Amino acid sequence: MSTITSTPAPAPARSTRPAYRVTGPRVVRSEWAKLWSLRSTWITLGLALLFLVAFGLIAAAQYKSRISSGQRMDPDFARATAVSLSLFGTNFAQLALGVLGVLVTAGEYTTGMIRSTLAAVPRRLPVLWAKSAVFGVVALVVGTIGVFVTFIIASGIVSGTAAAMTLSDPGVVRGLLGAGLYLGLVGVIGAALGALLRSVAAGISILVGALMLVPGLISLLPSSWQDNISPYLPSNAGQSMFALTHDATTLSPTAGLLVFLGWTVLALAGAAYRLVRTDA
Amino acid sequence: MIEAHQLTKRYGEKTAVDRLDFTVRPGTVTGFLGPNGAGKSTTMRMIIGLDAPTSGSVIVNGRRYAEHSSPLQEVGALLEAKSVHPGRSAFNHLAVQAYTHGIPRRRVNEVIELTGLQSVANKRAGGFSLGMGQRLGIAAALLGDPATVMLDEPVNGLDPEGVLWIRNLLTALAADGRTVFVSSHLMTEMALVADHLIIVGRGRLLADTTVRDLVRHAGGDTVTVATADPARLREILAGPGIEITGRTGSEELQVAGMSARAIGLKAAEHGIALFELTERTVSLEDAFMELTRDAVEYHGTTAGTDTHGRAA
Repeated sequence: MSTITSTPAPAPARSTRPAYRVTGPRVVRSEWAKLWSLRSTWITLGLALLFLVAFGLIAAAQYKSRISSGQRMDPDFARATAVSLSLFGTNFAQLALGVLGVLVTAGEYTTGMIRSTLAAVPRRLPVLWAKSAVFGVVALVVGTIGVFVTFIIASGIVSGTAAAMTLSDPGVVRGLLGAGLYLGLVGVIGAALGALLRSVAAGISILVGALMLVPGLISLLPSSWQDNISPYLPSNAGQSMFALTHDATTLSPTAGLLVFLGWTVLALAGAAYRLVRTDA
Repeated sequence: MIEAHQLTKRYGEKTAVDRLDFTVRPGTVTGFLGPNGAGKSTTMRMIIGLDAPTSGSVIVNGRRYAEHSSPLQEVGALLEAKSVHPGRSAFNHLAVQAYTHGIPRRRVNEVIELTGLQSVANKRAGGFSLGMGQRLGIAAALLGDPATVMLDEPVNGLDPEGVLWIRNLLTALAADGRTVFVSSHLMTEMALVADHLIIVGRGRLLADTTVRDLVRHAGGDTVTVATADPARLREILAGPGIEITGRTGSEELQVAGMSARAIGLKAAEHGIALFELTERTVSLEDAFMELTRDAVEYHGTTAGTDTHGRAA
């Protein structure tokens, strides 16, 4: 700070000024750099991956040890498969990825960075699309790598038991890809909620509420209502994307994906509306 | 070039900016003055599209800011409020903005050097002092090599060396043919750099004038002379551009447009004895205070300035 250039560097003459231009790919490039230049990104993505792999492996190890010790298992656990065991961490990883999604957008409002961002891209919407795309893809990749790694190790752990499965079994790859896609979309929903609410606390609350609390509250409704509403809730529709077995009370993987995509689009539409209509 | 037409911003009942009309021209430093809460920051936010006007419009270099294909090249802005993520390094803060426009890394390094941030470029901006934060904001404003530079209270938090640096920077930018628009609530600071002044109070335009005119209208530089024969002195001093006032029956005259030295010489030449010869300089601060006090008391009706505030 002690050295100060007392006169500004001579600016190039008007005629030789470089021609800069804002383009979609450049906004994406900027958001990519923004994401990776913060420590919180690395920490939260690391946590997501850790939750995904560690909890999946712990679940598999537990299953294996109970099987071999001949303990009586609760029915849920007894019906477990290598896929369901290795996806045990999804619930926790979705929190980490969703929260990071909220931080990606709402964090700009709480720090004031949004003013710099919108001064550079005053058309605004490209920022939302770029943020959602960049973070969605990152969450998708992290989630997909996580579930595949977990499955490969977990299926080794439970091989020889009733839960044993391999990648070549029907539905396994689809289920694992579905889980990765689900985590990617949770990231996008988090980013959309952050942009919609412009507050980290509010964004995280709504995200956790929608994904984890609402399904519990639904059980308070009359059961005839439950059956009609429950499958379409974000969390339940999302789970249909990666569940191996489906019954009358759940959606098919495709329907689950469509419903979950619908929720994502809804959140993004709300975020886009607020971004364009209200002062930054 | 910034042009505001009937620019208005209301927040519910409160009118922050009230039908502002002004033009900021290239090649000079234009000061944007007003007491705190006069609507300066809101106006600047509207110029770069962060806030939408309730009515009226403001255009930059012929278009609304958002309609430019390379906005950072049109206007580089330093806003009063912090606009930096504290977790990102200074270099990365600038780089992520540069990416949106395809501005090369070379330019990022250039503005870091220009603002003297080399030694802290890789440190997290959250740990910066007020002065360093201000420099980072100015670096970001200059990043796109903008035709218009707009700085909201740039000297806030800067040490004397930094203040001097800002002054030189603003003058150099204007000399380079750029439009320079700088806000401040300190008249004295503005008087040192600005050629043109846009003065607002309670969201209204109070004056759109030059520093020189403002002083002249506020009473200007006058000389008080006392003599036994004021009528005769009046006669011999009279001339084009010279204004003489004085109460009848009083020995005192107020002379504007002539120096004390010239008056003394002229009086001696004609053998008139002077009892008093005092130069009175109206400070810009006084002129400014008077102007803004009027705005509060009479709600925008100000006399004696080039552009009159509209009556409420």
